[in-house]
Amino acid sequence: MSESLLRLEGVHTDIAQYHILHGISLDVPAGGVHVLLGRNGAGKTTTLRTIMGLWRARQGTIRFRGQDITAMQTPDIARLGVAFVPENMGIFGGLTVEENMRLAAHGGRFDSQRLRHIFEIFPAMEKFWHNQASSLSGGQKQMLAISRAIIEKRDLILIDEPTKGLAPAIIRAMIEAFREIATETTILLVEQNFHFASALGQSVAVIDDGRIVHHGLMSDLVADQALQNRFLSLSMEAN
Amino acid sequence: MPKNLSSIFERFGGVMLLPVALGLIAFVLIGRPSTWITLTAAGLAMGMMIFLMASGLSLIFGLMDVLNFGHSAFVSFGAFIAASVLAWSGVWVSGGNAGLNILALMSAIAAATAFGALAGWAFERIIVKPVYKDHLRQILITMGALIVAEELILMVWGGAPIPVPRPAVLTGSLVIGDVAIEVYRIFAFVLGLAVYIAMHLALNRTRIGLLIRAGVENREMVEALGFRVDRLFIAVFMAGSALAAAGGAMWAGYQGLITTAIGSEMMIMVFIVVIIGGLGSIEGSLLGAILVGLMANYVAFLFPKMSLASNMILMMAILLWRPFGLKPAVKG
Repeated sequence: MSESLLRLEGVHTDIAQYHILHGISLDVPAGGVHVLLGRNGAGKTTTLRTIMGLWRARQGTIRFRGQDITAMQTPDIARLGVAFVPENMGIFGGLTVEENMRLAAHGGRFDSQRLRHIFEIFPAMEKFWHNQASSLSGGQKQMLAISRAIIEKRDLILIDEPTKGLAPAIIRAMIEAFREIATETTILLVEQNFHFASALGQSVAVIDDGRIVHHGLMSDLVADQALQNRFLSLSMEAN
Repeated sequence: MPKNLSSIFERFGGVMLLPVALGLIAFVLIGRPSTWITLTAAGLAMGMMIFLMASGLSLIFGLMDVLNFGHSAFVSFGAFIAASVLAWSGVWVSGGNAGLNILALMSAIAAATAFGALAGWAFERIIVKPVYKDHLRQILITMGALIVAEELILMVWGGAPIPVPRPAVLTGSLVIGDVAIEVYRIFAFVLGLAVYIAMHLALNRTRIGLLIRAGVENREMVEALGFRVDRLFIAVFMAGSALAAAGGAMWAGYQGLITTAIGSEMMIMVFIVVIIGGLGSIEGSLLGAILVGLMANYVAFLFPKMSLASNMILMMAILLWRPFGLKPAVKG
């Protein structure tokens, strides 16, 4: 694997009086899709939000391209080239698709070539360009959230459960889209859907009760039924 | 409301029709067109002045979830500063030169607005910033600041009611047939409308406006896109405070006599407007302010004993129907 783009070392995060992350250590190499698997409440979303600075790590360090970002403000982390697609997609429903995208474009101006590329990946974005984002379907909103994350070149995209509530046909389209996006950027994907995760992921970390309980290549996990039974029984919709 | 009825209602203008419906009901109850027109003009003028005071508060709450009970301090300061500037303007106000009259009034409003912006900056940095994300402390500290502000006004201007000279060009009434409308009310309506149009354009045609609208919906996501919402908030807070002061200046001219209680008196009205309009929404604030202005004037004429309660009843009725207000920036 290539050198680490993102590194978490012994990260502890509290939410109010609850201790959620218990010393998470994780390496995300540059390039490709890397998956964080785990059941509901295991600490996946907290991990992403802590990386993004939306919740503060009480202990431990987070390094991005070697720079300590543990205490940095969220906007500063974003400006380093980290995009975040939250579980609820974070769409501004009162704004149009164009306005949602314009907010994420540097200086509010679009790179026409890049925009054209996004329209090729997600044709619905061009079709509904002037529509209010609140009028989009769940799948289209997810496409908008991801389009917004890639309207500028990012080094790392943190995506939280993008398949949640989506129809299988849309999930298949998402797999293709993510493969395309991963050719130019690194994706850290939080998922419960093992089919989706295994179709995309190069490396996988399994989180349970705020701790990383397994870390390795996705291909090893896919090939080893015993390993799957051991770790995926901790979670989710394994099939 | 059944879905088909709801879609018909929306097709014909939706909640924006409410002031028209209120006006029609009042027309039937009042019976005399000339009285109805006078009351409607008074209600619209009052609504526009309340809109000036309320719109900033709505954005402040919508963007940063800050409960600023001290907002009316800016209304009070705006009123007193405008009164002083008008008093110092002497013959510019009372003389027959319309240009000097308007210049004096504009100077008074500008002085109030500038003070509101500067005081708003200090208020946000010193009072509000330490209590972000803590509603209870926000209420306590901003209420405390309001009391301190009123005491400061008492120290500077004294406890006696202060007369506010009205520029000669804005005195008197425009008489058409047997309908008489005060010129000052027309001016207040036009100024309020101009401010609304400017705000609407700023929010919908500029990048800062886009950020404010997005921030009202989901502040965290705006930060995740790389923008410092706290810096944006300072600008919104200053603009909101400046508008409140401008509204106070206009209200002072409307009342003609002001006391230190002017801000506290308006605070209830301003909060009613923000709540029924929907948090974070300029259109909602305008709609709420017009409804409150019309209601106050119609009810004061038709059922004088009900005038104090009427806007509370209006707020309760609207919240029972639409718990998030008439046009909230974020639905649900």
